Amino acid sequence: MASDERPPLNPRDLADLDFQLSDEERMIRDTVRAFVADRVTPNAAEWFEQGTLPRELAPELGKLGLLGMHLRGYGCAGASATAYGLACMELEAGDSGVRSLVSVQGSLAMYAIWRWGSEEQKREWLPRMASGEALGCFGLTEPDSGSDPGSMRTHARRVGGDWVLRGQKMWITNGSIADVAVVWARTDEGIRGFLVPRGTPGFTTQDIKGKLSLRASVTSELLLDDVRLPGDALLPGATSLRGPLSCLNEARFGIVWGVVGAARACFEAALDYSREREQFGKPIASFQLVQERLAEMAVEVNRAGLLALQLGRLKDAGRLHHQQVSLGKLANTNAALAVARSARQVLGANGIILEYPVIRHMANLETVVTYEGTADIHRLVLGEALTGVSAFR
Amino acid sequence: MKICCLVKEVPDAAVQKRIDPNTMRLDRSGEKNLNPFDTHALEAAMQIRESGVVQVDEIVAVTMGPESAVRALHKAVALGADRSVHLTDPALEGSDVNATGYALAKVLESEQPDLVLLGQQSDDGECYTIGAVVADHLQVPSLTQVIKIDVAEGKLTCERQAEYGYDTVEVELPAVISVGDAINEPRYPSLKAIMGAKKKPLDTKSAADVGIDTSEVGIEGSKTRVLAINPPPAKEPGEVFEDEDTDETVNKIVAWLEERKLV
Ligand SMILES: Cc1cc2nc3c(=O)[nH]c(=O)nc-3n(C[C@H](O)[C@H](O)[C@H](O)COP(=O)(O)OP(=O)(O)OC[C@H]3O[C@@H](n4cnc5c(N)ncnc54)[C@H](O)[C@@H]3O)c2cc1C
Repeated sequence: MASDERPPLNPRDLADLDFQLSDEERMIRDTVRAFVADRVTPNAAEWFEQGTLPRELAPELGKLGLLGMHLRGYGCAGASATAYGLACMELEAGDSGVRSLVSVQGSLAMYAIWRWGSEEQKREWLPRMASGEALGCFGLTEPDSGSDPGSMRTHARRVGGDWVLRGQKMWITNGSIADVAVVWARTDEGIRGFLVPRGTPGFTTQDIKGKLSLRASVTSELLLDDVRLPGDALLPGATSLRGPLSCLNEARFGIVWGVVGAARACFEAALDYSREREQFGKPIASFQLVQERLAEMAVEVNRAGLLALQLGRLKDAGRLHHQQVSLGKLANTNAALAVARSARQVLGANGIILEYPVIRHMANLETVVTYEGTADIHRLVLGEALTGVSAFR
Repeated sequence: MKICCLVKEVPDAAVQKRIDPNTMRLDRSGEKNLNPFDTHALEAAMQIRESGVVQVDEIVAVTMGPESAVRALHKAVALGADRSVHLTDPALEGSDVNATGYALAKVLESEQPDLVLLGQQSDDGECYTIGAVVADHLQVPSLTQVIKIDVAEGKLTCERQAEYGYDTVEVELPAVISVGDAINEPRYPSLKAIMGAKKKPLDTKSAADVGIDTSEVGIEGSKTRVLAINPPPAKEPGEVFEDEDTDETVNKIVAWLEERKLV
């Protein structure tokens, strides 16, 4: 090919990920990017500082079709896994809290209902959740049960045709603002899922205060004090830990992409800053050590993007294994954290204030590396895949 | 009512624009996008439809451009158009504003819309004139810089942005209206609309299909010739008032503004 026929090298997409995307995928990405630039980026610092995410954002995301976008039917868009990944990437380039809202709504709460729910449950909840009119949350973690969800204490017992739920859930994203909680509990028949509408007697929530990470997101404790639910509150399809784990696998796939967005935002902030900030009479971008940082950041961002795309294509081809999602989550969250920390130093003192996005992303990523399976747990998953020996179960 | 929206594929806003010194034309390689000004025209069409004042039977996106312009049409359809028409022909390449306006008018003659909407300018050529040229070829009224449209049966009441304030103008249909970007806030295309865009009808037309006289278009048919291209002259540096005594500085600024009749 003649050299002048090649599109110019794009410093913000060195690996030319764009080339691998279809027109439709690009249009979806560009739309989410424009929405984020308009609605998220200008407000993210304020939301982070105030420790909130405005509830109105959910219907806006719903109108775009981003809630449960990769599910089919019931008002969902039925997009590809890759398109879902691209949307997560753009949302998290804005703020991990916004991406978390979309992940929890679409991949945890809606997916649980879509995959394991009855026809009536799907009809009742999915269209309203897709539009953002109703919010969902996903209660698996407990105060004494994190990486080892099989040790959960929350339990449900049958009383006549009803169920009575008792226990406590902790670290639940959107817990106090959700219209319906998907709660996992142990029963005589194994671990099962329940739909608990807000306001059910005995069901209360309390927000977790003092977070220094993922502040633009509500995180709550769910208290279930002998909550009596009708028999049809049970998700009929899920009968073991496989139920919640299947949902987590969906959400993790979105994280593999999302953190590339956070990393890219940090890299771009550092790149722009380094060209404007002058010290010793010239832009700091002209110093070799700063260029080394920028080059390393670019390597991480591009490599993470390519890995995410590969997993997206595998998922769309129906051949993705959960261990590959672990590979992606481990690699990309670590890469994003490394980029954020390096970018933060390029910004000097400005790297610690909310006026620039870097410290916010850096703090957020400490949550992202922990939830949906800590980095170490994913190392153990890979260890098991490599050796055939489980070191943690 | 049938509305046609004229849309154009332009270099993406993020792309550094460059004139090719050999052709003296804009280098259109690199990332492209739907002309952002045209999204306001599409939004205006959607708002007319949604207002329910008149029944809008069809919104048709029309473009003239190379093969790649199909993408701009997909986006236009994702933003609400029901179908699209792509006029593409090697004979059209290099057409100037007048030749382009003539060619588009021929497409519109075959569509017979009641209303033609377009953005006030393209993000690349920035001529601001195509609407007037199209209207002249169609021999219908034309308004530019329109920032508000009220529809009634057979006519529109429009507000045009003027140097001071705005003019209110009534116009009979059919008409060609170019809209200013203050007219509305274009919506984002929804995911479903993006995914459905390729399924909506797209007609590809050649110059002959719509009865274009090819001696009137292309480089040969264009009446303008680019003789030379020069960078704009450097701006003269502004006047700086050092603030030593604020009262005095304010007086100086006010005097400066008064001198130029700006206050
Ligand atoms: C902001 C935020 C939002 C969240 N949202 C949700 C939500 O919506 N729903 C939900 O259910 N949960 C949610 N979580 C909980 C999250 O999934 C858990 O925090 C996560 O699973 C880790 O559990 P833990 O915090 O109890 O840590 P622990 O499991 O106690 O782990 C502590 C440390 O021990 C290590 N460790 C544990 N076991 C092993 C082992 N076998 N070998 C080696 N190392 C080990 C871990 O890697 C980690 O470093 C959220 C968490 C946060 C911070």
